[in-house]
Amino acid sequence: MSKRLFVKGNEAVAMAAVEAGCRYYFGYPITPQSDIPEYLSRELPKLDGEFIQAESEIASINMLLGASAAGVRAMTSSSGPGISLKQEGISYMSGSELPGVIVNISRSGPGLGGIDASQADYFQSVKGGGHGGYHIIVLAPSSVQEMYDLTMLAFDLADIYRMPVMVLGDSVVGQMKEALVPHKRPETELPPKDWAVRGKGDGEQRVVKSLYLGDGELEAHNWKLHAKYLVLKEEECRWEDYETADAELVVAAFGSAARIAATAVIMAREAGMKVGLLRPITLFPFPEKAFFNVTQRCKKVLDIELNTGQMVEDVRLSVVGDAEVFFYGRPPGAGSLPTPEELLEQIKKYY
Amino acid sequence: MQQVFRRPLSLKDVQTHFCPGCHHGTIHRLVAEAIDEYGVQKRTIGIASVGCSVFLYSYFNIDVVESPHGRAPAVATGVKRAKPDSIVFTYQGDGDLAAIGTSEIIHAANRGEQITVIFVNNTTYGMTGGQMAPTTLVGQKTSTSPYGRNQAKDGAPLRMAELMAQLEGVAFSARVAVNTSRNLFEAKKQIKNAFRYQVEGKGFSFIEALSACPTNWGMDPLRANERVGTEMCDYFKLGVFKNVENL
Amino acid sequence: MRHDVFIAGFGGQGVLLAGNLLSYAAIIEGKNVSFFPAYGVEKRGGAAMCTVVIADGNVGSPVVGAPSVVIVLNQTSLDKYGSKVKPGGVCIVNSSLVDTAHFSRGDIEVIPIAMNEIAMSLGDARMVNMVAVGAYAAKTGAVTLASLAEALKEALPERNHRFIPANLMAIEAGAEKIPG
Repeated sequence: MSKRLFVKGNEAVAMAAVEAGCRYYFGYPITPQSDIPEYLSRELPKLDGEFIQAESEIASINMLLGASAAGVRAMTSSSGPGISLKQEGISYMSGSELPGVIVNISRSGPGLGGIDASQADYFQSVKGGGHGGYHIIVLAPSSVQEMYDLTMLAFDLADIYRMPVMVLGDSVVGQMKEALVPHKRPETELPPKDWAVRGKGDGEQRVVKSLYLGDGELEAHNWKLHAKYLVLKEEECRWEDYETADAELVVAAFGSAARIAATAVIMAREAGMKVGLLRPITLFPFPEKAFFNVTQRCKKVLDIELNTGQMVEDVRLSVVGDAEVFFYGRPPGAGSLPTPEELLEQIKKYY
Repeated sequence: MQQVFRRPLSLKDVQTHFCPGCHHGTIHRLVAEAIDEYGVQKRTIGIASVGCSVFLYSYFNIDVVESPHGRAPAVATGVKRAKPDSIVFTYQGDGDLAAIGTSEIIHAANRGEQITVIFVNNTTYGMTGGQMAPTTLVGQKTSTSPYGRNQAKDGAPLRMAELMAQLEGVAFSARVAVNTSRNLFEAKKQIKNAFRYQVEGKGFSFIEALSACPTNWGMDPLRANERVGTEMCDYFKLGVFKNVENL
Repeated sequence: MRHDVFIAGFGGQGVLLAGNLLSYAAIIEGKNVSFFPAYGVEKRGGAAMCTVVIADGNVGSPVVGAPSVVIVLNQTSLDKYGSKVKPGGVCIVNSSLVDTAHFSRGDIEVIPIAMNEIAMSLGDARMVNMVAVGAYAAKTGAVTLASLAEALKEALPERNHRFIPANLMAIEAGAEKIPG
């Protein structure tokens, strides 16, 4: 399995899902993620799996809810507007503590917007996009290899923490082709799914639900969910640190923006500027400590996003009090993808 | 002494929260009897919906997944595809199935999912306090149709059992009532048929059960029961609308 | 070493296949590569563009503001992207369809090649993209012609493998236009 393949980011997601043991996919066509259902509609039937092109995004997420409640690994994918429709189901899955992988190859918005790369779904993804106050794990790949690796990780994290996990990308990481080294699913110790419905047999009745009406029940349930979020912050924060040790300015960026920013950082280094890059890989849990630690010494952070400023709020909440946080971003749309040269100018401006 | 009557194994020995005169309890019992009849309790998974029917898991002694409002057929699809050996049924009210969940029910039926749908039609939103439902009869006053349902503005009540019968994927569709002992025995027979279809792998089966809602209709239980047999049965005809075994 | 190239034309000129072919060749050579496509909303006949970055180490940004090489296959692409070529860079132009008379940039090297005529002389106008790739590889050394030859097997679907010899000739013809 060590041969280097040359594949699209979206295909890497689908390949990883198959390798992770996902045999159930439910989705609805929307650009720019349709490579994922196309791939799985071809491959899952060969593996005795189930592929359903559902009547809507709402049906897709609820099929995922049902399959997950039955204890199998399952996935759905969509883009911006479709993810909005799925929020009801994501809230129910969160409340019912159901695992499941949701891929958002996001589009530019609001509304129908456009199909260009965008990071404007950051808030929706990390702040609990549906009702009721919850979080899901959000992973932000910035290469085709990471689309593969993080999708596989998403299935494990979902099972371990019993919650939905989102892989958040856009058309850059989804449509881009790069070298991919596929690999086996890592050996991970997973908890038994002793909560899944199965037809009770001679055992105890199992109920998967999010309704809690008894005195104090719902509060206790919410504290339980909250405790998981605290564990995630301790155990599961992931980020990439590039040349921050001596940096006088640290660029913060995730996903596709981080790819563009990385080249700008290299250009800045070549021009003699001490600049580094801190790239959150988990957007929830947000790597707060990484930002706190780096700003103990480096007092300037330039946050770059493909939107008008969303992650920057989490960066500001994470840095040491006397660190300055600057922002550069552009609302997404055709012709709005910044170039490394453009970002270098911003680095020079704040350096 | 010979036992001639007992609680179905698939029902728990608990009191329900249903109002006096409501037919949910009776319909629950008929569903439980059908599950017992085919000996499938241990592999049955119920899909609860949103409305008075949400407490399915409190009354049925089976595994249950609760679904968002209207989405039970999609949830059932996910469960059944993942566990094809299980017996999966949804239990949904009229607001849930025929309004917010119209898309899910039509497409699950059209795919011919191997599930059974129990649709309880009481011409109103029960749990939220008696608002107009897609099945509310023309002229019927509810808390959101205080002047009576106006067909020109609100449309006519949806006849779901007939609508489902039109779909290629549907193997069985019937409308039943439990307001008289005669109707009750017929209902029992058809609900059993619906489950038998699933047990035998014959396809998607649909039961529309007419139910009284005395509380929200502002009637005593007897009057409400009577209304099922008159006004409701007049518009929502009882019968089997599709049965692939007879085709 | 890092090579970046931006290829632009209209749909049907094989812009995306050209980018894919370069990428496969880079993979074969053990290099890292990113291929980033962009196209208009039209399914046929609209604009087609792609950026390919080939590097020994990290690829970095898959999008490039000022590419060191730009390949333009039609007039619109030159008008739109000619100004983006990095100072000191190269613009390889399909002179069969592109008039460079009004394109005056003293800070870059412009290489006009009559790609349509070359492709036609080899039997198929659709091989314009192969001529362009050959010229690019010869000019920059980003990938070798041998790797391109091998990459054709990966980049072309099985059913089109019978066209590999002709495509190879087109690649070589393009390369020959670059003075050794």
